[in-house]
Amino acid sequence: MGKDSRLILDPLTDDNPITIQVLGICSALAITAQLKASLVMAISVIFVLGIGNVVISLMRNIIPSKIRIIVQLTVVAALVIIVDQVLKAFSYQLSKELGAFIGLIITNCIIMGRFEAFALGNGPWRSFLDGIGNALGYGVILIIVGFFRELLGSGTLFGFPVLGDPIAKTGLYSTGYENNGFMLLAPMALIVVGIIIWVQRSRNKALIED
Amino acid sequence: MGLKQNLHNFRQKNKDKKWLPAFSAIHTFLFLPNETTHNGTHIKAADDLKRTMNTVIMAMVPCLIFGMFNAGYQHHLAFGEITQATGGFFSSEFWTMDNFLVGFWKVIPLVIVSYVVGLAIEILFAIKNSHEVEEGYLVTGMLVPLIVPIDTPLWMLAVAVAFGVVIGKEVFGGTGMNILNPALTIRAFLFFAYPTWMSGDKVWVHGADPRVQDIAAGATPDVISGETILGSLAQNKGVGYEIMDMFYGLIPGSVGETSTLLILLGGLFLIFAKIGSWRIMLSSVLGALVMGLIFNGVVDAGWIGESSKFHGLMSTTFWHHLLIGGFAFGTVFMATDPVTASQTNKGKWIYGFLIGFISIMIRVFNPAYPEGVMLAILLMNVFAPTIDHYVVQGNVKKRMKRVKAKVA
Repeated sequence: MGKDSRLILDPLTDDNPITIQVLGICSALAITAQLKASLVMAISVIFVLGIGNVVISLMRNIIPSKIRIIVQLTVVAALVIIVDQVLKAFSYQLSKELGAFIGLIITNCIIMGRFEAFALGNGPWRSFLDGIGNALGYGVILIIVGFFRELLGSGTLFGFPVLGDPIAKTGLYSTGYENNGFMLLAPMALIVVGIIIWVQRSRNKALIED
Repeated sequence: MGLKQNLHNFRQKNKDKKWLPAFSAIHTFLFLPNETTHNGTHIKAADDLKRTMNTVIMAMVPCLIFGMFNAGYQHHLAFGEITQATGGFFSSEFWTMDNFLVGFWKVIPLVIVSYVVGLAIEILFAIKNSHEVEEGYLVTGMLVPLIVPIDTPLWMLAVAVAFGVVIGKEVFGGTGMNILNPALTIRAFLFFAYPTWMSGDKVWVHGADPRVQDIAAGATPDVISGETILGSLAQNKGVGYEIMDMFYGLIPGSVGETSTLLILLGGLFLIFAKIGSWRIMLSSVLGALVMGLIFNGVVDAGWIGESSKFHGLMSTTFWHHLLIGGFAFGTVFMATDPVTASQTNKGKWIYGFLIGFISIMIRVFNPAYPEGVMLAILLMNVFAPTIDHYVVQGNVKKRMKRVKAKVA
């Protein structure tokens, strides 16, 4: 069990897909301006990667290695379409906000990376844990970035104004505070991810590579 | 045993203390440390890093003092309390104590906040990494108050300085290792984070924003126009300033960048002191003139009509671009930053030329952000190492050919 639990815990900390392997950066920059979108994206990736890893793992002995990329793409595309349709059906507004980025989960390097690196060589249960773990590691970073960007950029969290009303100048805004528009732009997401990487590596020096 | 020896002994005694870098920073700033070599043959030069930095600051002081006068002058002018100074740079209406005091009390807090926050972060990082505090912030700390609008809230400046020093400099390893000019990183942060405070027609004149609200509330039947020249040109509006006023700097703008005359003097001083690179200054002026001429040509050829939103800035006489906006200031004091500029002579020509060229291009084609110099310099900062690489490689290739020719 110790070995299995590491499959989930490692990606959350010392083997994080975003901060250590530097994968999946694209979507981490694009959709983290709002915490809600970050959360939905995280859940979607947890679903796709968890199920996808199991499916690939079950088929691992019958996939001819020459066409394995195509097979992997088909699996992930099918799962992404399910996510997309569910979102459209139950949360149309959010699906419009996330736009193409749900579809682009297909090209998220973390997913193909785990299929290739783990699911093709391990059993379904371990693959499932690995998929959930990596997607959680991805989601945690997304939510941290989304939290800071939405709080400092729009003064809200999940759309609720937590710092007061910027137009009526209530709460913190009455002291002259203003939202930081830079936080809503993608470059700032890159800088926030960079700061997370910085903090993580200065806490655990073993992660620093030359 | 003089004071110098005592201080030296004090330093030796406390060698392993955590706070020593903080002490050394102040010590070496005020005194020549007792650690110079005493024997053998050495190349001696009077310019250490601190001397270099101080020279740049000296070149900027006229701009700073002029900025204080100008801030007061623009303030009183906008409020209708005085009339336009007719004699230009030498008119007594401009150099009044009243003008100076208004500006002084607005500019000094900007300088203090810039230095206190910046140096605090420098010392913090120096103590944490236990190395000496480097002098790099001396110039940055003086540049920052000169390139922001007069009414910038102090907390915004503090946030921006913290961001600029940490992300622009310390993460790369401190002074001398940074890729981007820290002062411009700070300016860019302010620009993108708080655009309403960094552009428009209300921020360049002290007190304009509350005044506009008063007028809107019906206080007095009075108007206020604090638009910069670039701003009004970008909106295809005419310019109400004389060319000589632009040159002397009696125009609204960031604190220290309005007076082309004083910047020119500062630039000549830097060239004379061999600190600023004349190649970069000259080539960026050339680049700006070439781009300005191209745009003038486009307008003359009739490819762009009066109705085009680019017409105002495109039809500006090409050499006027040198006088308006922050072009002169950026070229003299920021493009020449020895850390972030190209190092090779040929590279400096390319680097400077592209800064001028791109500045005017951004100015014209991005009316929302008419000040392109900041973005142009930041962009070229990123490319400076690439330019140097190809210049050096080109030289290596040329010499290799020579060697081969000799062998054959």
